Amino acid sequence: MSFTASSEQPVPLPHGRRGAELLMLAFALAVVLFAYSAVGLGLTGKLPGLPVDFLVFAAVMLAAHLAVRRFAPYADPLLLPLAVLLNGLGLVMIYRLVQSGRGGNPGYQVTGLPPTAATTQLLYSGVGVVAMVAVLVLISEPRVLQRYTYTLGALGLVLLALPAMLPASHSVVNGAKVWIIFGGFSVEPGEFARLALAVFFAGYLVAKRDALALAGSRVAGIDLPRARDLGPVLAAWAASLLILIFETDIGTSALFFGMFVAMLYIATQRTSWLLIGVTLFLGGSYLTALMFHHVMERFTVWLHPFMGSNPTGIAYQPVQALEGMAFGGLFGTGLGAGQPYHTPLVQSDFIFAAFGEELGLVGVMALLLVFGLLVQRGLRAALAAKDPFSKLLVGGLSFVLALQVFVIVGGVTGLIPLTGITTPFLSQGGSSLVASWILIGVLIRVSNTARKPAPQPIQDEGMTQVVRAA
Amino acid sequence: MNPLELTLVRIGFLAVLWLFVIAAVGVVRTDMFGPVSQRRRRSAGRQATLPRQSRPRAKPVRSARSAPQQLLVTAGALAGTSLGLTDEQITIGRADDATLVLSDDYASTRHARLFPQDGQWLVEDLGSTNGTYLDRQKVTQPTPVPIGVPIRIGKTVLELRR
Repeated sequence: MSFTASSEQPVPLPHGRRGAELLMLAFALAVVLFAYSAVGLGLTGKLPGLPVDFLVFAAVMLAAHLAVRRFAPYADPLLLPLAVLLNGLGLVMIYRLVQSGRGGNPGYQVTGLPPTAATTQLLYSGVGVVAMVAVLVLISEPRVLQRYTYTLGALGLVLLALPAMLPASHSVVNGAKVWIIFGGFSVEPGEFARLALAVFFAGYLVAKRDALALAGSRVAGIDLPRARDLGPVLAAWAASLLILIFETDIGTSALFFGMFVAMLYIATQRTSWLLIGVTLFLGGSYLTALMFHHVMERFTVWLHPFMGSNPTGIAYQPVQALEGMAFGGLFGTGLGAGQPYHTPLVQSDFIFAAFGEELGLVGVMALLLVFGLLVQRGLRAALAAKDPFSKLLVGGLSFVLALQVFVIVGGVTGLIPLTGITTPFLSQGGSSLVASWILIGVLIRVSNTARKPAPQPIQDEGMTQVVRAA
Repeated sequence: MNPLELTLVRIGFLAVLWLFVIAAVGVVRTDMFGPVSQRRRRSAGRQATLPRQSRPRAKPVRSARSAPQQLLVTAGALAGTSLGLTDEQITIGRADDATLVLSDDYASTRHARLFPQDGQWLVEDLGSTNGTYLDRQKVTQPTPVPIGVPIRIGKTVLELRR
């Protein structure tokens, strides 16, 4: 099943392209080094020396490139450099936030960013790259994953539900019950659950899509599915609502449900699923907003951030972020020259506001384009993939990456109600970073399989093979 | 460090960031259309060998109601697959570069093609071994395909749908 969009002649695809990848990787590392130097100049006025951290980062990423060269030689050349740029800029921003302001102004840091935060994040980058390489080594073909459809589905659900089961002392950080905390070590299992569930959805939908796509009646120009086929989508909806209620995490639930609906749509090509999904989600959000105070509060903050005592009260954090971005304007204050540390939790959920303040609109547009390119390369791999399972898996993962960026950037900039999720690659946090790198690993693996040149046919072209020896 | 230098660093960084984005887009472009030199050669070669392509193509006359919108596979290994119809021809066969790649032992590498002409879709057999059938009729010349009439290629059956 390969629907090539090419017009007259097939374009001779330049296979491999590892050279282009290395070049772009070097470029990405140069941008990161420039950013680091700019932070030093902005903070102290002096050019900092070459930091060990940067050398480690560069070495890890070059090792990642060598691993791709070895294990996925035909993979898309942009996936790795784009991820490296985002990860590197995230590290630089965290390093910059640790330094706070000029003259050691500590600013307002509700969680107290530890001085080692940048090094810890660098460590997680390394863990992430190792995880990515492990994906490349362990999964030689994307369809290997299909065997574990139900195993990974169950694993995903357990990971998702685990924080809700644990006592608050082992699962709550900053009001969100989405963590597993054991002895000073904390993991956000939802980030990994998303990947496992993407595999499950892809495997499930490949098996069931005919029934979901073809059966049903047509009402007012929209193909409605049969009532019994609504079961899975209703189950996904109920599960996402349960997450919302028990883990007080709107972001994860939106991503989870959005991914399911998008994959259903990709699998069946039926617009009715999108309409049903959006209706269910809006209805569910409205109901939970009426039922739960903390959800309603999010809507109030979104609609009236500057009303009454909101800027110093419930809307303090988003208002600080908005003022920071307004302060940055078109070209930003320059790295190290702004005051992003006034926003609480700026290193995780609000890191995009810090970029907005110091790089300005021009800079964040470039960052959004880098995310856009990453998603585009993922969707491209989905289009080029030959088996429906890979298509669905990569299509869904690319979509959920786009949705994640939309939800958090939209929330930070006030376009949609704010939900506390991480910005992929940029935010401080090991779980999110490692999960993002695993996602890149899956994209690289699928794009490698899709772009691999077909083996030379042994038979004479044009001859039809009628009998095949059994 | 005076403010002017800081401004230069600030603008310089944004410029480099955008250069990265542009370079990345360049890689995507090469990926889609091939390297620049190859692209030129290809387009030159096309004009020489295929003058048909340079002729202004008549706009397909299509009324939204009667024109088929998709090609649906109703039987065979790919049953349930559908392809949206555009102005481009659809090649069918076992070849990797076919629009619809069949994994059908009874289909030829380049088996048949469907192409639009004057607002209707025509099916043409490309010299296949086992033949292409429109309903029960063997296709020997480009034949218009009405909506809902099965096209049989090996074990695969296709239909145009609205």
